Amino acid sequence: MNLQPTTLQKIDEVITHYPVKRSATLPLLHLVQEDLGWISPEAMEWIAAKLELQPINIYEVVTFYPMFRQKPIGRRHIKVCRTLSCALTGGYKVCAEFQKQFGSQPGAVSADGEVTIDFVECLASCGTGPVVMIDDDLHVKVDLARAQQLSAQIKAGAKARSTP
Amino acid sequence: MIQPLPSDLITVNVDGKDIAVPKGTNMIEAARLASVEVPHYCYHPKLTISGNCRMCLVEMGLPAVDPATKAPLMDPATGKQKINWMPRPTIACATNASPGLHIRTNTAAVQDCRNSVTEFLLINHPLDCPICDQAGECKLQEHSTAYGRGYSRFVEQKNVKPKRTQLGPRVTLDDERCILCSRCVRFSKEVAQDDVLGFIDRGSYSTLTCYPGKQLANNYSLNTVDLCPVGALTSTDFRFKMRVWFLKQTPSIDCESSVGANTEVWSREGVIYRITPRQNDAVNDTWMADSGRVLYKAVQAADRLSRASLNGVPTTQEKALQAAVDLLSGRGGRVAAGSVNGVAVVGSGSSTVEEQFLTRKIADKLKAPVALVSRVDTGDKILVSADRNPNTRGALVTGLICALPEQKLSALSAAIEAGQVQVILSIGEDLIAAGLTAAQLAKVAVIYLGTHQNATSTVAQVVIPTLTVFEKAGTLVNQQFRLQKFVRAVPGLGGVSDDLVSLSHLLNALGGSTLGSTLGALWPVIAAEVKVLAHTTYDTLPSTGLLLDSATWAGLPFIEGETLHFKPVTAVGVKS
Ligand code: SF4
Ligand code: FES
Ligand code: FES
Repeated sequence: MNLQPTTLQKIDEVITHYPVKRSATLPLLHLVQEDLGWISPEAMEWIAAKLELQPINIYEVVTFYPMFRQKPIGRRHIKVCRTLSCALTGGYKVCAEFQKQFGSQPGAVSADGEVTIDFVECLASCGTGPVVMIDDDLHVKVDLARAQQLSAQIKAGAKARSTP
Repeated sequence: MIQPLPSDLITVNVDGKDIAVPKGTNMIEAARLASVEVPHYCYHPKLTISGNCRMCLVEMGLPAVDPATKAPLMDPATGKQKINWMPRPTIACATNASPGLHIRTNTAAVQDCRNSVTEFLLINHPLDCPICDQAGECKLQEHSTAYGRGYSRFVEQKNVKPKRTQLGPRVTLDDERCILCSRCVRFSKEVAQDDVLGFIDRGSYSTLTCYPGKQLANNYSLNTVDLCPVGALTSTDFRFKMRVWFLKQTPSIDCESSVGANTEVWSREGVIYRITPRQNDAVNDTWMADSGRVLYKAVQAADRLSRASLNGVPTTQEKALQAAVDLLSGRGGRVAAGSVNGVAVVGSGSSTVEEQFLTRKIADKLKAPVALVSRVDTGDKILVSADRNPNTRGALVTGLICALPEQKLSALSAAIEAGQVQVILSIGEDLIAAGLTAAQLAKVAVIYLGTHQNATSTVAQVVIPTLTVFEKAGTLVNQQFRLQKFVRAVPGLGGVSDDLVSLSHLLNALGGSTLGSTLGALWPVIAAEVKVLAHTTYDTLPSTGLLLDSATWAGLPFIEGETLHFKPVTAVGVKS
């Protein structure tokens, strides 16, 4: 398990917050996903061993919550809201635009490994649709032009990283 | 006047009837004591409570007290203490009885709960009872008859789930039938100590599974099939073999070790189809090992001995018995008449108490030493013990042996080498597997009584076929010194006499007194001669067995470790 030293530190720390180790399952899953982007089978087994549980106990939790990812994800995570308010204001078109920009399907990692686009349920900013979240940043009133702009920013960032 | 109750009993009221129940009894069991059934799926008396199926909803009330003074509030109309009924139903499995608890199971509201739970359970259920192994013993089927509406209001598409997942080598799962009660999950974790099962995904997509790459492979996996209230977990061996209502149940005992788990043998027209555990709270609760469930296959095994033989040539039972008598009394066989100076008897810890009793009599008649074959393996700390003989204690009780059997028949082996033994009478034991060599057997004449061919039966001068535990009746004494009986499940193989008939024939022909060859005839003799079995008869032996006074053998270094409901007593004076 290739976890950052800081993640490992946080994991050891958070386990001490609970009277029984098992209770630390969710916090550990969050920490691992934050670090690695997804929860691999190896990660489930690692967490199980860490908490003195069986892998099935972790697998149950991972599959229960849709926000735990069981597949690797691109470097940036683009979530486009598909719920009613955003759908009415053009969320579907925005999602299609992002797909065109990166040539990838929802849920899949783009060929360059840069993004994963997800078409998700309500992002809780329904008055300002269409709403898009890129990693932890919320973007409101994303029309086609804004979607193109955001895509360009992501691509520029990727380029900057690959040409030192 | 109301009698004061013993301190551990409390009074509860079930459907208007007062009943005394032990403290800590849950409402399902309290109702059961009042002969009221509370339907349930996830609750199992031997597992922890999970309270997830909601089938056991009942109305619950507690005696009213004044909030300030805690004085009972009386109802002027009846003169009794008022009952505060909870506004919502409660699950009976997860609520323990408290003094004065009132339970109502027969109201319209409770009926409504049961109907609704049933309707919800059935919306995604495949309703494939005609091809389901559980049909006839399915809780969902039973409760749907009682609480189902008879037709479905569900017009949507049903969920589709895996129909034949191999959870392990012996268990096949039909996920569509699973009602997510989690009994199997709890059993694996709590009893089998092998936490491999779990539910993945959620809502109506929840699916029972093992962690990828793991299997439900422990030696107790088939208990999940027994406790699954529906047909989701099925035995791969029994799957699609037989409708259960055609099967006859016979109480029996698991002979794989000295635990003596109580079992039920299911047969039809003389053929056994499966073995399941029979509840005995002092021995095996409601469980048994998988390894004990396949033992019935020995009955129809290809290597079964079905005919008597003399020097390898098939003969009649009478001739074989006569030849045995001749050998044992020194009148025949390959040693010159009258020159036999040594007969040894090898008895068996797998024989029944009755057979061991007769074997002792035969040995006494012949003044022959008796050896018992020891069968030791590691115990699993659950329901298979280290002593793989089911009836070592029986051999002690009947006096067949007075010390625990030694490894490898070493005394007998030395006696053969010293030329002191010419004839060996083996009651069901393979002498070569037990430690004698082929060269040693070549020096003696062997009379073998047994069920299956083996290295000994092939070299024996006289072979007399006997019956398996499923084809005869008798008793065994388990590691707790509990005398337990088993009943004949299927008729014996054609042409094979009951072991007791053969043994008592030998005894009589050797000049012993006629003791009879049936359990009814033998037991009065056994009860009269064996002190700890005094007043016991086969017929009156309770189905849960009878604990014998084991003081006589308390000092012996028994090899069993701890198992369910059994703690070894460290022998006095024996240092470990
Ligand atoms: S497989 Fe059977 S025992 Fe296991 S959860 Fe499903 S219904 Fe319950
Ligand atoms: S509907 Fe899009 S944020 Fe709520
Ligand atoms: S038996 Fe009580 S909730 Fe299942």
